[in-house]
Amino acid sequence: MTELIESLLRGLGTGSVYALLALGFVIIYKATRVISFAQPAFMLAGVVAVTYLTPTVGFWAAVPLAAAGTGLLALGVERTAVRPMVGRPAFVVAIITLGVDVAVRVVVNAFIGLDVRHVGDPWGLRTLAVGPVEMQQRHLAAVVAAALLVAGLFAFFRYTRTGLAMRAAALDQEAALAHGVSVGAVFAVSWALAGGLAAVAGTFAAAGGSVDGALWLIALTALPVIILGGLDSLPGAVVGGLAVGVLQELTATYANDVAWLGGNVSVITPYVLMLVVLLVRPYGLFGTREVERV
Amino acid sequence: MLRVRNLEVVYDDVMLVLRGLSITVPPGGIVALLGANGAGKTTLLRALTGLLDIHHGAVVRGEVTLDDEPVHRLRPAAIVRRGVAQVMEGRRIFGELTVEENLRLGGHTDPRRITGRLSEVYDLFPVLADRRRRTAGYLSGGEQQMLAMGRALMAGPRYLLLDEPSLGLAPRLVEQIRELIVAINAAGTAVLLVEQNATMALSVAAHGYVLETGRVVLDKPAAQLLADDDVREFYLGLHAGEGHTRRSFRDVKHYRRRKRWLS
Repeated sequence: MTELIESLLRGLGTGSVYALLALGFVIIYKATRVISFAQPAFMLAGVVAVTYLTPTVGFWAAVPLAAAGTGLLALGVERTAVRPMVGRPAFVVAIITLGVDVAVRVVVNAFIGLDVRHVGDPWGLRTLAVGPVEMQQRHLAAVVAAALLVAGLFAFFRYTRTGLAMRAAALDQEAALAHGVSVGAVFAVSWALAGGLAAVAGTFAAAGGSVDGALWLIALTALPVIILGGLDSLPGAVVGGLAVGVLQELTATYANDVAWLGGNVSVITPYVLMLVVLLVRPYGLFGTREVERV
Repeated sequence: MLRVRNLEVVYDDVMLVLRGLSITVPPGGIVALLGANGAGKTTLLRALTGLLDIHHGAVVRGEVTLDDEPVHRLRPAAIVRRGVAQVMEGRRIFGELTVEENLRLGGHTDPRRITGRLSEVYDLFPVLADRRRRTAGYLSGGEQQMLAMGRALMAGPRYLLLDEPSLGLAPRLVEQIRELIVAINAAGTAVLLVEQNATMALSVAAHGYVLETGRVVLDKPAAQLLADDDVREFYLGLHAGEGHTRRSFRDVKHYRRRKRWLS
């Protein structure tokens, strides 16, 4: 029982990271109808920025600063590489973001160098014990951070003028334009938000460990998450992220009981799940069912 | 004064849709714009509100002026700020947002006055006040049309462009929309009413234009248009001599030919 609860809690911790990453994908998709494959690069850029900032300003100031910086980076990428492509087929834009991803990661890797870099988080691998159940502090921190950010995003989309304009533009771009919403600004804000979220997610993914060039692979798990949750649903991204995290940790804990599965099967579980979801319910749990005339 | 002079609009660089069209909407007036499908009514509204771009359209000749300032090169947001708001064809409300959110979005360009304008709009459309927390997509057709009109009024326009507000509504609702247009106009907003329902449009308008394949073919005070034999026949379905027996199909062909010669 303890083992089950502990793996559930671990799952919520990693799931929070996936949820933050997936939120970035969904926000960009809703605003621009394009899946941005540049998210992994922004995550890596954010983490590396944190590793450089922490020694001077401390971890707590480094994270928001890095998130803001990554947001600005994403804004710049949107402005220079994506905006000129507005109106082109979504496929073309998606491939461009793929190129942006590779380019940004090459530059960021140069900053990682050969040293082992740490984000300098205050939690390390310490645990918090409640009775017999132990939970790693970094997982708890990830859950809390994700909860705060999700609440903040909810308030932003619900109560602010820009948030309302973004929701309206996602529903009907022309009608929003006709009422004076600047669709370009909506694109820019969505990219900046996604960049900032990716930076925070990366920080928690690297907490308690070290930062290397392969960290970006974690961001790929956001793809199964958005397929599960539904490409155009923000709640779906959160629920899907937590679900995939929990599933992954449960597999990690219990797969050893099934000898023929072998070790490390948990690495592929999100992708197996994605395959199943695509076969059974391609629009995901909360996504809009695509109605297309054949 | 909202004025269109010799406007020519081309889609995709090749399709000439408006061919030297001129109309004038005086401040505080109601002007009706009639025309069959494909005459260029919606294109004209797009040209007035800066929405041609996203349809790959462009003004190639002529100009649109608002109080003598050319506005056809401005972005939609700038035109809304200058006081021209549009109710698009088919209402185009944001179905997943609530009624109040739809209205708030209408005031996007003028956030400081949203609260005041909200109460004005609720006064004008009491139905919307009752339904303010409802999801807009679940409103009835008439309520959605009122929401679309209210949303446009949230920008505090001096000129309101209405694209087929009677589309798909029952006669009694059309009557209600008509009264609302009169009320909006009485509050000082000029209205450009694009309609297929000629009877309704001409009954409120002071002046009317009839569009045909991108040109203005008739330009008269509304009362004269209502009395005009051609308009009565083509748009109101009334025949010149009342009590006349039914027309044969050959006469219909004849009218199509004759229409080309109008004015």
